[in-house]
This record gives sequence, structure tokens and C-alpha cells, in this order.
Amino acid sequence: MQTVFSIAVDALAYGMVLFVISIGLSVTMGLMRVVNLAHGGFAMIGGYIASYVARDLALGYGLALIAAVVFTILIAIPIERLLYRRIYGQPELTQVLMTIGITFCIIGIANFVMGPTLKTIPLAPSLQGSADLGFRTIPIHRLFAIACGLAVALGLWYAIEKTNFGIKLRASVDNAAMAAALGVRTEIVYAVSFAAAVGLAAFGGVVGSEFLPVEPYYALRYMVTFLVVVSVGGAGSIPGALAACLLLGAIDTTGRYLMPEFGEFFFYLAVIAIICVFPSGLAGRAK
Amino acid sequence: MTEKTNSTLAAGAATTRSRLRAGFIKRDLYGFAAIVIVAAAGYVLFPDNLALLTRIIAIALLVLSLDLVTGYCGVATLGQAALFGSGAYAAGILSAHYGINDPLLMTLGGIFAGAVAGLICGIVMLRAHGLPQLVLSIALVYLFHEFANKASSWTGGSDGLSGIVLDPLFGLYEFDLFGHTAYFFGVVLLLIVFTLLRIVVRSPFGMLCRGIKEDPVRIRALGASPHKAVIKMYIISGAVAGTGGALSAISTQVVALDALSFTQSAEALVMLVLGGTGSLFGALVGTVIFMLFEDFVSAANPFHWLTMVGALLIVVVLFAPKGIFGTVQDLLSVRKNTTGETRP
Repeated sequence: MQTVFSIAVDALAYGMVLFVISIGLSVTMGLMRVVNLAHGGFAMIGGYIASYVARDLALGYGLALIAAVVFTILIAIPIERLLYRRIYGQPELTQVLMTIGITFCIIGIANFVMGPTLKTIPLAPSLQGSADLGFRTIPIHRLFAIACGLAVALGLWYAIEKTNFGIKLRASVDNAAMAAALGVRTEIVYAVSFAAAVGLAAFGGVVGSEFLPVEPYYALRYMVTFLVVVSVGGAGSIPGALAACLLLGAIDTTGRYLMPEFGEFFFYLAVIAIICVFPSGLAGRAK
Repeated sequence: MTEKTNSTLAAGAATTRSRLRAGFIKRDLYGFAAIVIVAAAGYVLFPDNLALLTRIIAIALLVLSLDLVTGYCGVATLGQAALFGSGAYAAGILSAHYGINDPLLMTLGGIFAGAVAGLICGIVMLRAHGLPQLVLSIALVYLFHEFANKASSWTGGSDGLSGIVLDPLFGLYEFDLFGHTAYFFGVVLLLIVFTLLRIVVRSPFGMLCRGIKEDPVRIRALGASPHKAVIKMYIISGAVAGTGGALSAISTQVVALDALSFTQSAEALVMLVLGGTGSLFGALVGTVIFMLFEDFVSAANPFHWLTMVGALLIVVVLFAPKGIFGTVQDLLSVRKNTTGETRP
């Protein structure tokens, strides 16, 4: 019972972290049709900035979180302007080549600037320790990760379903050319959602650093996980991504707890099974 | 009158066809000669580095096999190393566990295992399209990787498969420490595979695959089955990748888990796109340039090589979107057209 409970909490927290990082990828992929393999790189940049602010400058966890999101977006803007603009609407292979190239550059530069060692992000005192629920104790950081995931999901749901911008965003996802013809400034929609996606990636990178430790090969190591989550969920769908993250987080965590010697065997077996049954993702629309 | 026109037309068609065929054979011979010249030059220029050159040949076979499914059938995959690694492990296991040490039999084992892996991957991959297909291929290569890691009594797990012993080739040529025999063996394998693949991609079947890449719906409307053709191509591709895997097992006498890794698959795709998809020459050019570049940069500056490789990829996408071979070909044909000549 103890094990089941701790697996459940860990799986939920891990799934939420996956969700926060990969929801941005899902939205940009559904919107701009870009296979962005460099997305994990932005999460890693966020983690590095937070580590620098919180550990080396000792400015505290909250400020580190804000700085990570802001500076990662600032770094991403010129990359989007100069490089991503060129590959919108190009064939998938070109996009894969370009974004792998960007990932390699990010890894190489991070390795050079920050060194090859693992970076920690010291938690705020209020997030350390564990909460007593009366019958069980849970590490507060896990609760914090779960709360962040829920907040992001709710916020995105509100922004996309209820606001004016959300209507334009959904119109552009459905049919960019028609939306542009009706007066939606699609390039602004693209730019804002790219920035939001990068910011969320950085946020997730910081919050999730307990699960996905920050080191230079982060971008390559978890790139596949994020891509898998998005495609299992169906690109561009928030409920799909949430379901996929919780499902795959549960499978991965359970596998690691109960059968660690099998590594990620069951995770990938589940992925193949799900895609074979739902070729366009859990919530994907058939094309 | 009409008969005369018909016969002239037929004669014209026949001459066009024979001229086309002559053109193809000429280009085949050029390609064949180019491989021989480059191989000989490599042997003369880098006699101490034959291991690297043999590795380039093995990877070139992997990239050629990837070109068959990606460049000719339009199936984007990041999991081609699954076929390559299957060939490598099959060849290695034959020697290490069954005492079959003949290099030709080991290569045959690799070809067979690669083809079987190709069949499995082909069937699974064709369940989806686009991004989910890409992710399926990644999941497949990880599954193969974890399986090989788990079956360590057969594969040696993360320690790698060692204990491969080799009989002399044809009972005559000993595999020496400097890799001379392995290098020549590799060059001959590459020449055979290249010639066979030129025939395959030019055959009606190869044309059908190109058609599937352009427009599968139309191919189905014409009465052919895209699904069957692509699976057939996947089996051929698996055989080619298995050849490469067997060559790498034979030349290094060890098989590591890296042979089945996602990184290996991604690198192969990068080399292919770098050289130019949909052309066997492009695959070869991309492999040689990428491997030499990687070797050179990582030796010159081990701290920045990944950044350099990344920058190279970005530059290629921005300035040579058809790959190096495709862009050079375009430049040449533009020059020919401006001088008034037509392309053969």
C-alpha cells in the first residue's frame, strides 16, 4: 500500500512535469507544423539560468523561476527570428535536420559555458521537507510540481477557450490561410505562442529539475520523451497531452519502481501499442 | 503514312530508351569508378587509419539503406540503426556462440537478420504517418536497444559482445591487425551493394516506390499497393543495413549496444539529409563528408565539436536545402543549360 501510494504520487508529479514542458511543444507543433527537436534545449537553458540565479547569486527560488522564464524567452526570440522562420512549411526532414543542429549547438555551448557537471537548483525552504497528510507524508516539492501542472493546464484552458487571443489561436491551428484572410495577424499569433511555449519549457525545466536533472546532454536525452508525449497525445491538443503525460508518466514510474532492470522497455512498448491503435494520437483528429 | 509514322515513333522510342539506358550505364560506371578511386585514395593517403575508413563504409551501407526507405519511399525514420544493429549482433552471435567464423557466412547471417528486422519495423512503421510515424521509429529502436541490453547472455549487454573470431577470407586472406583485409572486404561489399541498388532503384519496382513517395493515393488508384511495395523496400533496406552491421562486427570484432542506438539512427539521418535524399550518390557523399568532418573536428577541438557539427547542419539547411550532392548537381545542370547543352 505504501509503495502503491508513493508510486502514484511520483507518477502524478512526473506526469505533470512532462506536461508543463511538452505542452508548449504540442501547441507549436499543432500550430506551426514544426517538428521542434530543440524544445528540450530551451527547458535546459531555463534550468541553467535558474541554477545560476539561485545557487551562484543566491537570490532565491522564486526569483530564479521568473528569471529563467524571462531570459529563456529573450534567448529564444533571435533564434526564432533567424532560424525557425526559415523552416515553417518546409518538409519534415529539413525541420529535423535544422532543429537537431540547433540542439547540438545548445548542448555544445552549454557544455562550454556551464561545464559538464550536473547543476542543482536549491529549493526554497518552504518547498523542502514533507507534508503530513495524517496517514502518509509526501515531499512538498512533489505537491508543488503537481500544483504547477494543474495551474498550467487550467491557465492554458482558460487562455485558449475563453480569451480573444485563444479564438485567434484556434482559428490559426485549424486553417492558417483562412484565418489570415479573415484578418487574424497570424505572424503575431505564431510569435506569441512560440514565446509562451519556450517560457513554459523553461518553467517546466526548473520545476522538474528533481526528476530530470540539468546537465548538458539534457536536451538530447529527454528530447525523445517530449516528442513521444506530444505524438501520443496528438499534436495541438491540451487534454490529449495531459492524458498522455499522466498515462506515460504512470507507466514509466511504475516500470522503474517495480522492474528497474528492464529500463524503458515497457515505456516504449506502450508507446508502440498506443500509436498502433490511435495512429494520430489519443486526441488527434484523423487526417 | 500512319504506319510509317508509327514505325518512326517506335524506332524513336527505342533509340530514346537505349540512349537512356546507355546514359544510366554510363552514370553507373562513373559511380563505380568514383567509389574505386576514392577507396584507393583513402588507402594510399591514410594507411594508418583503415579502421576509420572501414567504419565509414559500414555507416555508408547504413545510410544507403536509410535512403531506400526515406529518400525513395518517403518514410521518415529515426530508427534505422535497429536494422543495422540486428545485422551486427547476428553476425557477432554466429561467431561468438555458434563458432561459425567464416566472414561470408557471418555476412549472410547479418543480411538475413537485417531483412527480418526490416520486415518487423516495416509492418509496425506503416501503421502511422507523419509525426507519429517518426515517434514509432524512435520507440522501435529503443525497444531493440533495451531488448539487446536485457538479453545479456546472448549479446553481452552493456559490456558489448566480444569473443568474435574470424577465419581467413576464402581460407586465404587473414584478417590482420592493421585492417587491410577488412578494408578490402568492405570496399568489395560496398561495390556489390551499390551496383545491386542502382539496378533496384531503376527497376519498375524502384519507380513504383518513387511514385508512392510523390502521391500514394494516385498509386493506389492506378491499381498498385503502396503498403506491399514499401514493406518490400523495407526488407531490401534491412538486408543492406544488415550488411553494414555485419561489416562493422567483422572489422572491429566487437558489437556494442551503440550499434542499436537512437543516436546512431539520428546521425545516419543527418548524413543522408546532408548529402541529399533520393540519390544513392547523395547518401555516400553525405556519409563521407560527415564522418570525416566529425573525425577532424573532434580531434582538433574536443570541446567544440558538437557545436561545429550543429552549425554545419544549420548552414546546410539554410544554404543547401537539397543536400550537398543535390545542390552541386543543380549548379552543374544550370551551367550546362546556359551553355546550350541538354542533360543526358
